[in-house]
Amino acid sequence: MSAPAGSPHPAAGARMPPKLGGAASGLAPPQQNGPAPSQMQVPSGYGLPHQNYMAPSGHYSQGPGKMTSLPLDNQCDNYYSRPYTVPTQNVGTPSSANQPGAQQMYGRGPPASHMGGSTPGSIQGALASASHPYTSASQPYSSFGNRYSSPATYSASSSASQGYPSTCSHYPVSTVSNVVYPNVSYPSLPASEPYGQMFTSQSAPSARPVNDSYSGPSTAVTYPSRPPPPPSQHHHQQQQSHSGYSSVPWSAPGLPPAQDNLIRNQMGSLAPANNRPSNNENVQPPKSSSIVSTVLPGPSSTRMPPAPSHPVGPLPSAPPTPEQMQTKVRFPGPSHAGCGKWRLNRDPGLWGTCIGRMRERPPEKFAIKGMQYGDYVNNQASSTPTPLSSASDDEEEEDEDEEAGVDSSSTTSSASPLPNSYDALEGGSYPDMHSSSASSPAPDRASEPNSTLAQALSAAPAPTAPHPTKVAKPFGYGYPTLQPAYQNAAPPPSSGGGHPSGPGYSGYPQHYPGVNQLSSGLGGLSLQSSPQPESLRPVNLTQEKNILPPTPIWAPIPNLSAELSKLNCSPDSFRCTLTNIPQTQALLNKAKLPLGLLLHPFRDLTQLPVITSNTIVRCRSCRTYINPFVSFIDQRRWKCNLCYRVNDVPEEFLYNPLTRSYGEPHKRPEVQNSTVEFIASSDYMLRPPQPAVYLFVLDVSHNAVEAGYLSVLCQSLLDNLDKLPGDSRTRIGFMTFDSTIHFYNLQEGLSQPQMLIVSDIDDVFLPTPDSLLVNLHESKELIKDLLNALPNMFINTRETHSALGPALQAAFKLMSPTGGRVSVFQTQLPSLGAGLLQSREDPNQRSSTKVVHHLGPATDFYKKLALDCSGQQTAVDLFLLSSQYSDLASLACMSKYSAGCIFYYPSFHSTHNPSQAEKLQKDLKRYLTRKIGFEAVMRIRCTKGLSMHTFHGNFFVRSTDLLSLANINPDAGFAVQLLIEESLTDTSLVCFQTALLYTSSKGERRIRVHTLCLPVVSSLADVYAGVDVQAAICLLANMAVDRSVSSSLSDARDALVNAVVDPLSAYSSVVSSVPRSTLTAPSSLKLLPLYVLALLKQKAFRTGTSTRLDDRVYAMCQMKSQPLVHLMKMIHPNLYRIDRLTDEGAIHVNDRVVPQPSLQKLSAEKLTREGAFLMDCGSVFYIWIGKGCDNNFIENVLGYPDFAAVPPKMTHLPELDTLSSERTRSFITWLRDNRPLSPVLHMVKDESPAKTEFFQHLIEDRTEAAFSYYEFLIHIQQQICK
Amino acid sequence: MKKPRIIAFDELKTDYKNPIDQCNTLNPTVEKLKKIKRVKIALKLVLPEYLIHAFFCVMFLCAAEWLTLGLNMPLLAYHIWRYMSRPVMSGPGLYDPTTIMNADILAYCQKEGWCKLAFYLLAFFYYLYGMIYVLVSS
Repeated sequence: MSAPAGSPHPAAGARMPPKLGGAASGLAPPQQNGPAPSQMQVPSGYGLPHQNYMAPSGHYSQGPGKMTSLPLDNQCDNYYSRPYTVPTQNVGTPSSANQPGAQQMYGRGPPASHMGGSTPGSIQGALASASHPYTSASQPYSSFGNRYSSPATYSASSSASQGYPSTCSHYPVSTVSNVVYPNVSYPSLPASEPYGQMFTSQSAPSARPVNDSYSGPSTAVTYPSRPPPPPSQHHHQQQQSHSGYSSVPWSAPGLPPAQDNLIRNQMGSLAPANNRPSNNENVQPPKSSSIVSTVLPGPSSTRMPPAPSHPVGPLPSAPPTPEQMQTKVRFPGPSHAGCGKWRLNRDPGLWGTCIGRMRERPPEKFAIKGMQYGDYVNNQASSTPTPLSSASDDEEEEDEDEEAGVDSSSTTSSASPLPNSYDALEGGSYPDMHSSSASSPAPDRASEPNSTLAQALSAAPAPTAPHPTKVAKPFGYGYPTLQPAYQNAAPPPSSGGGHPSGPGYSGYPQHYPGVNQLSSGLGGLSLQSSPQPESLRPVNLTQEKNILPPTPIWAPIPNLSAELSKLNCSPDSFRCTLTNIPQTQALLNKAKLPLGLLLHPFRDLTQLPVITSNTIVRCRSCRTYINPFVSFIDQRRWKCNLCYRVNDVPEEFLYNPLTRSYGEPHKRPEVQNSTVEFIASSDYMLRPPQPAVYLFVLDVSHNAVEAGYLSVLCQSLLDNLDKLPGDSRTRIGFMTFDSTIHFYNLQEGLSQPQMLIVSDIDDVFLPTPDSLLVNLHESKELIKDLLNALPNMFINTRETHSALGPALQAAFKLMSPTGGRVSVFQTQLPSLGAGLLQSREDPNQRSSTKVVHHLGPATDFYKKLALDCSGQQTAVDLFLLSSQYSDLASLACMSKYSAGCIFYYPSFHSTHNPSQAEKLQKDLKRYLTRKIGFEAVMRIRCTKGLSMHTFHGNFFVRSTDLLSLANINPDAGFAVQLLIEESLTDTSLVCFQTALLYTSSKGERRIRVHTLCLPVVSSLADVYAGVDVQAAICLLANMAVDRSVSSSLSDARDALVNAVVDPLSAYSSVVSSVPRSTLTAPSSLKLLPLYVLALLKQKAFRTGTSTRLDDRVYAMCQMKSQPLVHLMKMIHPNLYRIDRLTDEGAIHVNDRVVPQPSLQKLSAEKLTREGAFLMDCGSVFYIWIGKGCDNNFIENVLGYPDFAAVPPKMTHLPELDTLSSERTRSFITWLRDNRPLSPVLHMVKDESPAKTEFFQHLIEDRTEAAFSYYEFLIHIQQQICK
Repeated sequence: MKKPRIIAFDELKTDYKNPIDQCNTLNPTVEKLKKIKRVKIALKLVLPEYLIHAFFCVMFLCAAEWLTLGLNMPLLAYHIWRYMSRPVMSGPGLYDPTTIMNADILAYCQKEGWCKLAFYLLAFFYYLYGMIYVLVSS
């Protein structure tokens, strides 16, 4: 992106590989022959440059030359992961066994942390079981494998010394194998089980033919692409490395600074408090007056002893341990695994979802089997020379556009097909399948089984399964003719194990019987392509008493053919307000419904196919990624479903590694899954993937110390320090500020953290640029010391001012070389320096029904800062913990435009307000450990004729369809408004695709692609039938927020009311024949008035009720940035009666019985004094206990003898050994498990003062300032009749 | 004597407006970089344009060109209104980079750009005519 100007010159780097690769591969063999001794030397040879890597930002911040090092991170990393996938690798968990150096080398592999819950043991087991097929399969490859083993060894050994050396190793890797790297290891192991199973079953017999047929051609094609091995095979290792450096142009510019850095580094550690003007422009000539070097509380002196002055030395440059060597030695064997072209990793979770929905096989069926599914043999073939070289021109030209990538499809088309028995088989039948059906992909799939049936193999799976089950086909692994999905016909979803992503589905079968009164949403579940009378059934709103269905509402399923619906993107990630897209804008205008998308692109997925492939197949004109909804015209061409351009299918894409068959492009995982993740090549980078960098900027003024958040934060950080996402390069830093800014020197080698105070807040500078952000692993002790000391350091402070603005400027300077995440903790109105704010709130106006002022920012300082940060790939997350007005409207800008997130804890106090403290603690736990993506961009594409209109969320819109996201987190949601620019009459389907390109915390460039396909309709009735009312409400909420900021709150409220009135009146006048005197709505829209009323009673939009400005603004921020699932709970909480939980209709999750009480409407009439109720507001749970509540409940669940004894502030349910307690707790746990931020439980006793908090959520009731639901309906009816 | 200068400025102005229009063409796949740079240029050009226009108006006032002044007054008023209602901003400028990509605002700015371009062109020819007329008649 807007990385330092001119930095992206991929061309320079990209053209390198052949030469270098040749050299390296030629040099490599010696390693293979005598691995042990030569490998010993690698690290030492590389020792020096290695340290450079640890040295701060210099590496990345520098110019173009550096670019070259980037691909290697990615690719080498992939290589490192190989040990896990490899048969001989019974070492098991090398990453944990090895010392730090080695850990770096395996950093990207699937180490324990990466694997979800699976234990090392299971890995080993899985490995063992998986190893069978490989060993057998690898035989034909022995020669092939050895060939490759050389680069592999090379990269592995050099990786021990991170920085430059691995740069060298990269190229061999990329050219030689061009490849894939096994195991992306996405989530947890069980994921891939299905494949494991298939793999094992087919192992020897069927694997061999494929191997044989491939090994010939592929080696043949591959070798020529490399220069012949130079004669220097027996060179000594060290010479190798030298030659590596000298022969490579790019290493030359890079190296000197590196050493320079190193030297400085050491100097630095000797005299860290000194300025080193040579280092950085940020460094001002010493302003001695303003830098004060202090020592943190502790015994010894300011300067640390010289002894530990070699900051990086000891650990990584140490000679490899036996384990390391062992691993290396093993490489030759497994290395052919690296040739696998791509892999899929599946987890049971999303499987679970699918299972729930489609009743496929229960996951436990797979659970025993081997883990990895294969490292597929790569057919190398054709495409070897492609991406790097061809991309470079492209890239230079549009270097701002990272998404551009290579024109992959063009480069590969010329190669000839490989002779292959499968080609003959499948290819023969191909034209039949595809020639006729260009426009609709569905028939293709339908017809395909017929043709493939010809092969005895394919006897089994019906075409419908979009999943790899299908893949089993060609192996003839004996599935009965029954479709696998139905084989074990849906045993109670209880067996589904953990599939948190879609628990709702699992409950579905039980609820189904009672479905007749269910909402349209549920009605839509039945996957029928028949018209949906249910969703169009007119509902008389004023008559209908129980408008709210008793079960949660699901997203309506688009009215597509069964095949397409199964391929479609999960509604949790991608939803459209109208599941039937109107044909023209005129029709949309007639329907008066908002059209837009709701995205949750970076959601925590438990299952995600990850694809590594040389060429990411994309449309040549619109750059759409290939997806399940494209149509294959014939075997060689596909038609883009967004712009309708006909593209070539690259040679590589014809080979399906899943089935190891050739000529089945429509069975590639990209075409079988609407949510996939690609490992991006260097073409998608403008600079080397950045490391994870975290900076904490903490307010330590009197106010902050008084509130006591520091102890909570430091404790959370200490607890989660090891769980921070990142690799061996992870860096961390701390700053504190009151009226001055304090930096902390944590350079490894210091005996204790050193505090540097900068008092010149008008012209902020960094006292020492390279030891403020330190490597987490190297300086861990110092960091821990600091975190232990911080809470007490400022205990006696008298400083009340807060110089937030200057602190942020300093943070920006500190972060700008790398980018990363800044977490700002602020407790009051910033009162000093740039960006100072005045109190704007007039407390007397809080409950005013008139205009609400000051919803917009008071200054653009924070916005500008955010834009600067965004340009440097830095996101600012704001934690506001204040008891008074802090002008969140202005402060929030720093997060809004830098793609950060905002947390707000009104009246936070660690002791006086324990529930807030608990919430902070839980939020922090999630915040610190959740996934994170860096330097991301998201692009949304849609079928020609539609266009993006307005985006909602936290980001910076860089172009009409490109969102720049400095960070992406799994809790961020986005919304997009759409326009229909051209009539869609010539198409029956429209597709939307979001592509999120990001750098994972492991330093990998990845692209997550979601594709949603929706039908186009021409009649108004169909449009109404397909309304997704929840999505519509969330979009309306976003639009209303915009409106209230740009215009006024009352405008927004009027617009919301109109948003109900218009579609309902349009419906009654156009569609229904019902008399106009009654208020009718189609069943799909029946909840619209209720939800809009709920919106009007939200803190964000309510008037008349006293609402603090910050609360209001925070609610608005939430609406803009929350994903749909969370936002819906916030808008319309779920109320359950919990004093009589029964097992009736219960579901089973992880061996726990989870009762499923029905939803109650949000009205006090439902609250009986004899009951106890649980309200789920998303971020908070309330349990309301009636005065006459059954004593059994109070005793068995709450653990108190009677109502009077229940304490007023209770936040936990005791663990009692009674059935009802167990049920209640399992229900609450189940609710909690489904969301990222663990909600805090509040016990609300009837007649306690806290009940107003609870009662404000009862949105169907009348309040002094707002309508009840019935009144609201009457009001709407009047408006319609007007 | 004033007229030649006017011509030069007018030409400048027409040039000013072009980038805005071009950057607004909704062609998402091409030349994004250039486009963004143009937006940035456009952001910087707004104020000079307003100032120049205001300067002309003052000149017309001095020259007692009441008709021309009358023709320019609406635009001047519009400029003043537009600048008063600009988003909160510490520096000079009119467009907020965070909202400029919003399709509504973009469409509005584009339309505004075209209208002003037309106005300036017509005004240019009118001034040219005026200048020649003055030269010939004197």
